[in-house]
Amino acid sequence: MKTLIASSAAALALTAGMAMADGHSVVRMGTEGAYAPWNFLNDAGEVDGFERELGDELCARAELTCEWVTNEWDSIIPNLVSGNYDTIIAGMSITAERDEIIDFTQGYTPADPSGYAALDADLDVEGGVIAAQTGTIQASFIADQGWTVVEFATPEETLAAVRNGEADAVLADASFIAGALEGQSELVMLERTETLGGGVGMGLRESDTELRETFDAAITSMKEDGSLNALIEKWEVATTFE
Amino acid sequence: MGFYVSFGTVLLLLAITAPLALSFGFGGAMAARSPIAPLSWIGKAYIAIVRGVPDIAFFLFFVIALDQGIEVLRHYAKCPDWPDAIRQGNDFLVCPEAKMPLGNAPQWVHESYGFMVAVFTFAIVFGAFAANVIFGAMRAVPRAQLETAEAYGMTRRQTFWRIVVPQMWVFALPGLGNLWMVLIKATPLLFLLGVEDIVYWARELGSSKAPRFTDYPHGDWRMWYFLVLLVFYLAFTRVSEIVLDRVMRRLTRGQATAAGEAQRKAAL
Repeated sequence: MKTLIASSAAALALTAGMAMADGHSVVRMGTEGAYAPWNFLNDAGEVDGFERELGDELCARAELTCEWVTNEWDSIIPNLVSGNYDTIIAGMSITAERDEIIDFTQGYTPADPSGYAALDADLDVEGGVIAAQTGTIQASFIADQGWTVVEFATPEETLAAVRNGEADAVLADASFIAGALEGQSELVMLERTETLGGGVGMGLRESDTELRETFDAAITSMKEDGSLNALIEKWEVATTFE
Repeated sequence: MGFYVSFGTVLLLLAITAPLALSFGFGGAMAARSPIAPLSWIGKAYIAIVRGVPDIAFFLFFVIALDQGIEVLRHYAKCPDWPDAIRQGNDFLVCPEAKMPLGNAPQWVHESYGFMVAVFTFAIVFGAFAANVIFGAMRAVPRAQLETAEAYGMTRRQTFWRIVVPQMWVFALPGLGNLWMVLIKATPLLFLLGVEDIVYWARELGSSKAPRFTDYPHGDWRMWYFLVLLVFYLAFTRVSEIVLDRVMRRLTRGQATAAGEAQRKAAL
């Protein structure tokens, strides 16, 4: 009898533990908070933007409790892997390189064209000095072209580098550049764009298969009823899905 | 709002770290002086290792190591039956009950936990420097004082607490004052540890805001925000200097040092 109670208690404890692990009672959403319109801090100091609205909707559909956390872009992958939060939802393009370390959901935007901002609209970017944020697909694209890339930790610094002449142009998601150029006349967007990456997805730990499938399903349902496209149009982050 | 709160964060960090670092320093110096060889090795090794490693490297390495170390220990204590390995490829996985803080804890718990880890790291780093300063100061107490104490029949312990400790502060203070200054200036390292301190908010608020996303659009104002920080730090270190000067004058009174002698003569 005693052993029966003990073993059933152990089994109960084990299943309770499993339920908690799989259920993720709170899902912590990691983002950067410095990349409008994707994610930024609003006037109240809270995470806002396309990904905030998207993430909240996904969590609602998947019936999860979500909490928002900001983290530097530089260390956003290491901190996911070491378990400080459970997802990356920070305008991160799906690339083969990143996919080796973490897993991605399906893309929640199609591949977004990247654009250049420069002081001079007639600038020829080829062979020029281009600023980009460290660890982005834009930075590795410029390096692959054999042009000179100067990397900065934050998107803001890449723009400042062009303004003070350190770089000729900055390469970033066209939606970010469009947002950043609003309300100022110094920088202009160049005509040339580059199509990089395989769309933007949510990053998760490779071991977190179940959570990934949950979010995948939620994204699919948002794609199907058109609410995802509506969100993309609202925030002007990318082209819509067909 | 966060910007103003963050000044409080920095001041709170200093207020907690300084005494903690001082006690680490005192403990380190006592250990290094200990007649028991292993204890003295530990004290000396602590001083030598932490002083020799660059602060930034120590901050980046130690904080992660400490955080994961605690989680591994909790993992073994709380879920001995966990079937999976902790390291799975790149992933660091402990059972949910072992997470520090728990994964479902509210955000402020996570933030204060991060803050405590930061305080502890600061205390260890600055404790090592303080230990070295205090170790030197203890040896600077004039030998004649110790011999007199022995002649009066005081034990080692009595000599230490009644003669060495009260007199060493005057020798330690210039070094400790220096450390305090360095500690004030080192607080922006908080930013590296992910604590939202004044540097974080200066950068966040100063960065340009497009009219579409805010009610107060402005260009790149980071320079002005950082200027405010510069003034803040300068003012703070200046005030500290004045206070340290006063303390020094108070401690010098009646001491067998050149400054103490000068004070005595001036009072005559």
